[in-house]
Amino acid sequence: MSAHDHLDGQLPHEPEKATLEARNKILGFWIFLGAETVLFGTLFSAFLALRHNIGDGPTANELFQLPMVFAATMLLLTSSLTSVFAVQSLHHHKKNAMVGWLVVTIVLGLCFLGLEIYEFWHYVHEGHGFTTSAFSSSFYTLVGFHGAHVAFGVLWISLIIGQIFKKGLTVVTAPKVYISAIYWHFIDVVWVFIFTVVYLMGKVGG
Amino acid sequence: MAAHGHTVKRYTGLMDWLTTVDHKKIGILYMIAGLFFFLIGGLEAVVIRVQLMKPMNDVVSSDTFNELITMHGTTMIFLAAMPLLFALMNAVIPLQIGARDVAFPFLNSLGFWTFFFGGVLLNLSWFAGTVPDAGWTSYVPLAGPTYNSGHGVDYYVIGLQIAGIGTLLGGINFMATIINMRAPGLSFMRLPMFTWTIFITSALIVFAFPALTVGLVALMFDRLFHANFFEVANGGNEVLWEHIFWVFGHPEVYILIVPAFGVISEVVSTFSRKRLFGYSSMVFATVLIAFLGFMVWAHHMFTTGLGPVANGLFSIATMLIAVPTGVKIFNWLFTLWGGSIRFTTASLFAIGFIPTFVMGGVTGVMLASAPADYQYHDTYFVVAHFHYVIVGGLIFGIFSGLHYWWPKMFGRMLNETLGKITFWTFFIGFHLTFFIQHFLGLLGMPRRVYTYLDGQGFNNMNFISTIGAFLMGIGTIAFLLNIFITWSKPRNAAADAWEDGRSLEWSIPSPPPEYNFKQTPLVRGYDAWWKEKMEGKTAMTPAEPVGSIHMPSPSILPLIMSLGLFIAGFGFMYDRLIVGGLGLLITFACMILRSLYDDHGFHIEPEDQDEGVHA
Repeated sequence: MSAHDHLDGQLPHEPEKATLEARNKILGFWIFLGAETVLFGTLFSAFLALRHNIGDGPTANELFQLPMVFAATMLLLTSSLTSVFAVQSLHHHKKNAMVGWLVVTIVLGLCFLGLEIYEFWHYVHEGHGFTTSAFSSSFYTLVGFHGAHVAFGVLWISLIIGQIFKKGLTVVTAPKVYISAIYWHFIDVVWVFIFTVVYLMGKVGG
Repeated sequence: MAAHGHTVKRYTGLMDWLTTVDHKKIGILYMIAGLFFFLIGGLEAVVIRVQLMKPMNDVVSSDTFNELITMHGTTMIFLAAMPLLFALMNAVIPLQIGARDVAFPFLNSLGFWTFFFGGVLLNLSWFAGTVPDAGWTSYVPLAGPTYNSGHGVDYYVIGLQIAGIGTLLGGINFMATIINMRAPGLSFMRLPMFTWTIFITSALIVFAFPALTVGLVALMFDRLFHANFFEVANGGNEVLWEHIFWVFGHPEVYILIVPAFGVISEVVSTFSRKRLFGYSSMVFATVLIAFLGFMVWAHHMFTTGLGPVANGLFSIATMLIAVPTGVKIFNWLFTLWGGSIRFTTASLFAIGFIPTFVMGGVTGVMLASAPADYQYHDTYFVVAHFHYVIVGGLIFGIFSGLHYWWPKMFGRMLNETLGKITFWTFFIGFHLTFFIQHFLGLLGMPRRVYTYLDGQGFNNMNFISTIGAFLMGIGTIAFLLNIFITWSKPRNAAADAWEDGRSLEWSIPSPPPEYNFKQTPLVRGYDAWWKEKMEGKTAMTPAEPVGSIHMPSPSILPLIMSLGLFIAGFGFMYDRLIVGGLGLLITFACMILRSLYDDHGFHIEPEDQDEGVHA
């Protein structure tokens, strides 16, 4: 029953769920995402409580430029789609296609991060620094936490791609791909809320 | 199967303990660390009581007093009570569900070491000379940079953050373990009550601790990086801290008490030699208490000024909790009713728990009444209430559980005479200390104040309370003596050490072998082991043939990862960002190593399974 009974090329249909270890990891990761939901929920609550307290800084309405944020949103949503393609290739045991889609996912994630860094740099120049006001502190903390999650995901998936090249697609590496995909979808969903609560509400209610 | 010749380096001595991923050994580590911090917290309590023994006393200064109450509360809750619960969870849960280990043995070890280093960091503040002094709730603005410029609260924020990671990992681990690792036939409604309560507590941890994480991050950003979450001058909001803290803090007190409910259920049932009365209502009541636990946080904030509607709703929600709790109390009473009760130490602590906890519950309902709370708020009445539920509830439960499972953890029975001395001194000492504090509070003595004037009618009651605290100290010393004396005795505890064991842990040797169950047992009903015994069997029915057993490899990485966080904590605190970055780098490097090198583990072959049984 150990992980090594399945030789490469004779992978089971869903290699990510073939061992008890893998099933534990998937369940444990879902529970972890439950905790992450509370984490972001609390960050959102803090932001909602403080978002009108702008002090001497610019308002959300003056600051946010929807076209750029919309572009970032599209990049991240598309990257979620490509990570679905990666998992589908995993189910069809197509290693190269899977790696290809993972690379696309990472590139899209990096583009998103680039836009976000530019955005932050731009805001700081507009007089919206981390210490400007309660609004700015909670904005950078919430959006920054999300950005840090994206950065972590990019590094994590890169590490997994390296392992796929070295170890191949096995019942040990498959769950890693699968779990990183769940994680990627999660940070995508968080971004949808950020786009709505921070940016859209900032434009409308600001 | 024997063809898998992965050779794994196995350590002995100290290295074995530093690298272990065995839940039984991690349980013992949690217990040692938890008792150590319990002694520190207890010592702080004794100093507090000595200071309050007579009016205008000057044993400690007012500043030191603030530090003492802050560290007493923080240490007892996060560094003593939580790890002692984790000790029992680790020692018992995999055995009760018929598993060979937890779902994530590596994470289990990581959880212990992060908790440990977080606790050490927090307590090093005593040596650094800047101790947290804003109370265990660390309310802003008192804890904010404007009014608390030293490093004291930084130790609180970063120490708890690191320790909190460990707790969260533990919660995830035990949820996954209980869902995925149960033996065949062990359905949810056949789980022993202790396993049920740990499942619920783990869920509470998973959904409550991240709120604390965010609160601590926000306070840390305010203090270290000049953010404005709680800085009113720049638009911050102080009530926000209260909300975030108590959204975590109220579930936290249920995280503490729910496992005690589980221990009491096991002990009462075993020593009454009866099936637990109303098992399914017990499960339902526990789930309901946990659910309501998330709905009542603002009852800690009645005097903040949220308005009559909020206060009214939170009042009613709080009072509702008395209903499922009452269900539990009656279930224990009916379990005792008509049972042939054995008064062992474990049983005495469990029986002592019931009236004590009821008293804490009654004052809880009194405090839940918002208008009355304006009178009780921040007086010794509140201090009496929460010590009744936390000491009289949780600590009695932990003592009961430690005496009950000690033979299973160590293979030695604790001395019953010393155990009874522990119980009576601790029990009488406890009531002497805290019962009288109800009246002190009603007379108007405020909490968290370092002294009081003569002639207010506080003198005698405070003196009595201090005597009680000494008595509790003697009880604790008796328990420690018991541990040391037992240590020199032979390991001769029977598998079913109390002869009336009901759940799976009593069907295997004391202490269990490294792999717990030679063959995974088949569970045929609630109280699985009792059921087999009643049918004249001497062992569980196996669910699998004897075979090679796969074990996870030991690893030093969890220790180094936690050390990295510890170093990073100091770096950020003292504004040495390079040190902080270096610490985080160590942690991330360990994560990468863990990901790159597969843990193949090793196998224990059937011919090796009979020797070296004692882990």
